[in-house]
This record gives sequence, structure tokens and C-alpha cells, in this order.
Amino acid sequence: MIAEAGLAALWFAAAMALMQLLLTVIGLRSSPSPLRGEGRGEGHAAGDGLGETPPLSQPSPQGGEGYWAILAAVRPVAIVGGVLTCVAFACLIAVFLRSDMSVLLVVENSHSAKPWLYKFAGAWGNHEGSMLLWVTVLGIAGAAIAVLEHRLPERTLVATLGAQAAIALGFFAFLLIASNPFARIDPAPLDGAGLNPLLQDPGLAFHPPTLYFGYVGLSVAFSFAVGALLTRDVGPAFARAMRPWVLGAWIFLTIGITAGSYWAYYELGWGGWWFWDPVENASLMPWLAATALLHSVTVLATRDGLRAWTVMLAVVAFSMSMIGTFLVRSGILTSVHAFAVDPERGSFILALLAVYIGGALLLFALRIGTVKAGNTFELLSREGGLVLNNLLLSVILGVVLIGTLYPIVAAGFGVQLSVGKPFFDKAVGPVALLLTVALAAGPLIRWRRDDWDALLGRMIAPIAVTLFAGVALVVFAADAAHPIGVLPFAGLALAAGLAVASVAPLWKRDLRRTPLFTWGMVVAHLGVAVSLAGMASDSAFTQERLVAARIGAPIEVGPFRVTLDGIAPAIGPNWSALEGHLTVTRGEEGRPFVLRPQQRFFANPPTTTSEAAIATRIDGQLYAVLGKDNGDGRWQLRLWWKPFVTLIWLGGALIAIGGALSLIGRVRRERRSALREAYA
Amino acid sequence: MKAKHQRLTLVLLAVVAVIAAGLLALSALRDQAAFFYAPGDVAKGVPVGKAVRLGGMVEKGSLKRAADGVTQTFVVTDGVAQVPVRFAGIAPDLFREGSGVVAEGSFLADGSFKATNLLAKHDERYMPPEVAGAMHKSKSLAP
Repeated sequence: MIAEAGLAALWFAAAMALMQLLLTVIGLRSSPSPLRGEGRGEGHAAGDGLGETPPLSQPSPQGGEGYWAILAAVRPVAIVGGVLTCVAFACLIAVFLRSDMSVLLVVENSHSAKPWLYKFAGAWGNHEGSMLLWVTVLGIAGAAIAVLEHRLPERTLVATLGAQAAIALGFFAFLLIASNPFARIDPAPLDGAGLNPLLQDPGLAFHPPTLYFGYVGLSVAFSFAVGALLTRDVGPAFARAMRPWVLGAWIFLTIGITAGSYWAYYELGWGGWWFWDPVENASLMPWLAATALLHSVTVLATRDGLRAWTVMLAVVAFSMSMIGTFLVRSGILTSVHAFAVDPERGSFILALLAVYIGGALLLFALRIGTVKAGNTFELLSREGGLVLNNLLLSVILGVVLIGTLYPIVAAGFGVQLSVGKPFFDKAVGPVALLLTVALAAGPLIRWRRDDWDALLGRMIAPIAVTLFAGVALVVFAADAAHPIGVLPFAGLALAAGLAVASVAPLWKRDLRRTPLFTWGMVVAHLGVAVSLAGMASDSAFTQERLVAARIGAPIEVGPFRVTLDGIAPAIGPNWSALEGHLTVTRGEEGRPFVLRPQQRFFANPPTTTSEAAIATRIDGQLYAVLGKDNGDGRWQLRLWWKPFVTLIWLGGALIAIGGALSLIGRVRRERRSALREAYA
Repeated sequence: MKAKHQRLTLVLLAVVAVIAAGLLALSALRDQAAFFYAPGDVAKGVPVGKAVRLGGMVEKGSLKRAADGVTQTFVVTDGVAQVPVRFAGIAPDLFREGSGVVAEGSFLADGSFKATNLLAKHDERYMPPEVAGAMHKSKSLAP
């Protein structure tokens, strides 16, 4: 019964989305504008009949009777739709938790012997479930806009909700037609096929929802942009309304990418933290676009500049999350993450992609001429710095996009090739370092206009620290046997300078009176410096040993001495393992500790995985992977000493925390100014 | 600066950025276009010492382990040609004779391949698409 209830809720939610879209179209067409009559038959229903009048927040005397009633009805419909998608998703989780083997999806992706956490997470660890999750988050976002957003003019808000409904409808159609998650199987088998053991990890269980909140948050920014274009209301108020959503989406994407990177690092057992896998790129591209959007929306909100560019970025950012979804869900890629799906679904998502991106770009092209130019600014100004930031981020985005799509396009022409790490390192690395310089200078430039001498004066400390760090690296870390390499060297030196430049905006300020969003910026930028230091340090100083270890014979790696004491069996809820017992000592008098890397065997489906053992120290991580038995009493053992590698994810966390501080600061200030207006 | 001039400047900057991205990507891609090799490609000449991928099937009976316990040698084939591969490391769990593999590493002067990383299929059904494509291509182009 639960499955049928879920499917019914899904259909009702789809109906609500349709109603929301229709109400929006009718509402916007019966605009109370005295300047225009009914639509002039341009074809695009929502696009015509919209007046040039400034958005109204009160009933106009010319307004039709039903107009305000219709606008008022859109909010509750959005809320009901959101609740219904939640019900559908709850039903899916319920059938997974109950291991209801009469539901096809459960049979294919679950097993009754699985720990409950993975039954729960298994609900979205597959194609259908993850698409339902996507729609659910979209529904929640729509309801949240309807409940929370009171500062936008009613017409723009309604147009936004309409755009949101249009996006949702496409995904509802996709779910209900091509990937029903509640399909039954008859006769029901006794048990399911299980979940890919690589996915059986608490980190991965919560990884997709985090990313989806990010993706879908960008859909809200997209809807805002479409809504603002429809009502020709692109201005600071629109930017202030959109900013929290962009910030929220960006925070989730940052957490998702950071956590995903750490997951790949410890779960896959190959010691790397970024692979330039197309699926990783699929989450990186929206993040890059969102980062650019976050900065340009600030220019629009504070200085009323970059209007067209900001709207364009909002469209691009959501396009990137759609492309990401397409790449991951279409089965066009083979990767750990991509689920094999039939080509029909790939074409469906591709069609959705074309409709939404194409439609938005068309609307943009038609409407952008009527968006008034914003304020101008000098090239050397905070605005100019943010434009530079946007351009560099766009260049990186362009390079990643080309590198990710090129093999797919080439495959279309019958050429098989793959683009890998060397390409991205070579093409992205230099631009990223340039971006680091812009990132250091940007917050030290004044709004509107500044001069070079003054800026140089403020940059003296960061530049001095960069040079000092460079010299120190040459003097202390120069080692002919392990050369650092140009990029890691520049990365380490720049990270030091960037760290100083990041906290410079707090210099000589009353720290208690500094606004929370300034703190947010400082923390996030510092996070970039920390992360950069970690990445550079990992590629510059990592030491590796690969040996066939004999029991009792010590192995040296970095400052550690590692001894394999023995191999013993271990048992888990749905796996058995061979576990290595490694005793590790550091230096002469260090206290020994134990590492236990495993070779795990899963029965459903039959798979072997390596569980790395990682010891975290203040100055880095010791990483151990147990390999196969050589049959002569020796075991393959791979050891890495990675100095300061943890800074990579610590930096990611700082970036997300900085985003959260900004979000809280912005929301609080908005609320305060709203209160002031209310009492005025 | 006038609004019109400013808009023009920004548009120019954006165009420059797009062109820069394109050039950057293309220059890096020119190396990458020849990034994936099948054993059949070796006769046409391969770059020595550059990071590339080699894909094919692990020939049955070719897998041997060296005395150090961590180095393995095997032959990758696409039905047209064979390339001897040397790999020091822990092979993925699903790496075995007769199944598909993509080896990351570089060609040596003698035409053999030194792998730094092996990508094996992730499950029983999966074959790396590059391998499937390369085998298809090599077989259909073979005289």
C-alpha cells in the first residue's frame, strides 16, 4: 500500500506543479497594467501581456477582479505541492526500511541483511530514488520560497514560482513516465540484490542529498532570474532576494564537494583527493558558476551594477547543475558514481536540458535589451576586482566544461579518447593561481574607485609574506631527490600571502562591530588559502612506500616505522574481512599506535573492497592500504605519508563556514531593515 | 567612464576571457587528443615518457608477479597487437586475466608500458568504454 500511496502523492504533486504553472500564466496575463491589453499573440504564453509598469505591491484600481486572488493562490499551491513530494519521498524511504521486496527498486538496490542506515540511504543510492530526491528538494525549495520570501514584489515572486513549477513539471514527467520508483515486481523475490559496497559508507549516504540541495538551490536562483526577466524587474531588490538562495546552494555544493573529495580519498584507497572524474566535474562546474554568481550578485545588490551579467550567470549556474545531472544520470559516462541507465532516459534529460536552458537563453535574449543599465564603475575598484574574479572563474569553468564534454562529443564522431588529470592540471592550474592573486587583492580594493599606489600599499604585507615563503621553501625544502615542482611551489608561496591578505580586511577594525558577512568573507577566503596550502603540500611532500611486507619486518615511510604484526579475520554486519595489524612508531621515543587496513568481502553483490587505515596527526596523515597475499607469507602493503593533506578539507570546511556566516549576517540585516521599514 | 563604454569594455573582456579559455583548453587538448592508446596504435608510433592511458584486455596466461612481490607484468591486447605492461602497486580487486583494463602510465623506449595506476572494471558487467571502442576499432580496421 505504501508504494501506491507514494505514487499517488507523486501524481498529486505533479498536478499541483501544473496548477501552479497555469495560475502563474493566467495571473501574469491578466495583469492589471493599464498600458497593455491581452497578449499580442507572440506565442510564448507567459512572456507576453506583461506591462511595463513598476511591480505593484498593492491592488491597482485597473486590476481585474480575479488577478489578486490568482496571485494569492499560487503560494498555497506551492506549499501543498512541496508537502506532497515529501510524502512521496517518505513512502520511498519506508519501503526501503521495511525491505518491501515487492517493489522493483528495493529488489534491485537493497538487501534485507543490510544495516538500516544503508537501507535508508539506499533509497537515493540509485537512479529512480535520486531523481525523486531531486524533485523532493525542488518541491521543498518551492514551498520555502512561498513561505519565506516577502520582500520581492508579488508579481516577480509569482513569476519565480511559475518558473520553479515549470522546472518541476519536466522532472515529474521524467519520473512518472520513464523512471517510476514505486513499480512493483510480481512475483516478489525472497531477497534483493544489495547495494554496491563502495556506496556503503556513511559519508556517501549523505553526499548526494547535500549536492542536490546545492543543485536545486541553483534552480531557485534560475527561477528568480526568469521571474525577474518576465516582469523586467532586474535590480538590487531582486539581487538581495536571490542572494540568500545562491549562498545556501553554494554552501551545500561546497560541503558536498569537500565531503565527496574526502570520501574518494579514504574509501577508494588510492590516496588521491581529486581525480577530475567527469562526475566530480559535474559537481565542480555548478560550484564555479555559483561562486561567480555569488560575487556578481553582491555587485548588483550593493552597487546596482552587472545586471545582465548576473542574470546570465544565474541561467548558466543552473544549466551547469542540469548538465551535471545529465552527465551522471544519462549513462553516457562510466564511473563509480554513474548508474547504468538506458539511453531513453539520457535523451529525456537531454531534452529537458535543451528546453530549460534554451528557453531561458531565448527569454534572456528577448528581454535583456529592456533591462536598464546599472551603475558604472572604474576598472580599478571592488566592482572591477569582482569582474576579474568572474572572468577567471568563467575561464576555469569553460576549460573544465570543454575537458568534460570533449570526449563525449568526440565519441559522437566515432573517436574514442579520454581527457584526464594531465589536461586539467595543465589548463586549470595556472588560471587558478592567477585567481588566487585576484582573490588576495579583491577585498583590499575600495568600491567605486581606487588608485594603484594605495592598493599597492595595502598589498605590501601579503606580497612580502609570499616572497618570504618562497625563499624559505627554496632554503629549507630544496631537495634534489624530491623537487617540489613549479605549481606546488607557487601554490605554497601564494597560500601564505593569501592567508595574510584574507585577514587584512579586519586590520584596525573594531572586531565586535565588524558585520557578520565581513567575517564570512574573511573566513571563506582564508579557507581557500588553507585548502591551497594542503593541495600544494600534498603534491610537493608526499612520500610513498610500496612493499611486499613480511610479518615482523619494519618499513620506513616519512618519519614513521611501520611493522606488520599479523593478519586476522574480522567480521561486520554484511561483510567479512582480512585485517592487517600494523604497529607504527614515530621517531625513537614516540608512543606506538595501531593501524588496521582491511580487505573486505561482500556477499551481496559479491565484491571485494580495500578499506584504507588512516592515522591523522597534527602535521599530516599516514595512509595504509592492504593488498593481496603473495602466497609466500608476504602481503602487499602501500603506505603514504602525506604532510598537511588534511588542510585541503579543513579549508573546504572553512569556506562553507564562511558562507554560513555571510548567510546568517545577510538574513539578519535584511530582517532588521525590514523591521525598521515596518515601524517607520 | 560612460555606461556604454563600460559595457563595451566588459564585453571585450568577456570575449578575451572566452578566447583565452578556448585557446588554453585547445593547447592542452592537442596533447590529450592522443591520450588514449590501444595496443594496435603502437605500430603507428607512440610518445615516449608522456602520461597516457593504454586500454585493452589482459591476455590470458600473461600475468606474472616479480620477485619483489609488488611488481606485476602482463600483456594488454586488443586482438591486433600486444603490449607488455609493468605495474608496481596494488592491483584493483577486479583486475584479472581475460578482463578489460585501462592502464595509466607511459610508454618506454622499447615499446613496453610502465603503468602507475590500473583502472579495472567496477563490476562484472562493465567494460571501460574506451576499451570496447578501441577493440571495436582495431578489429574492424585490421586487414
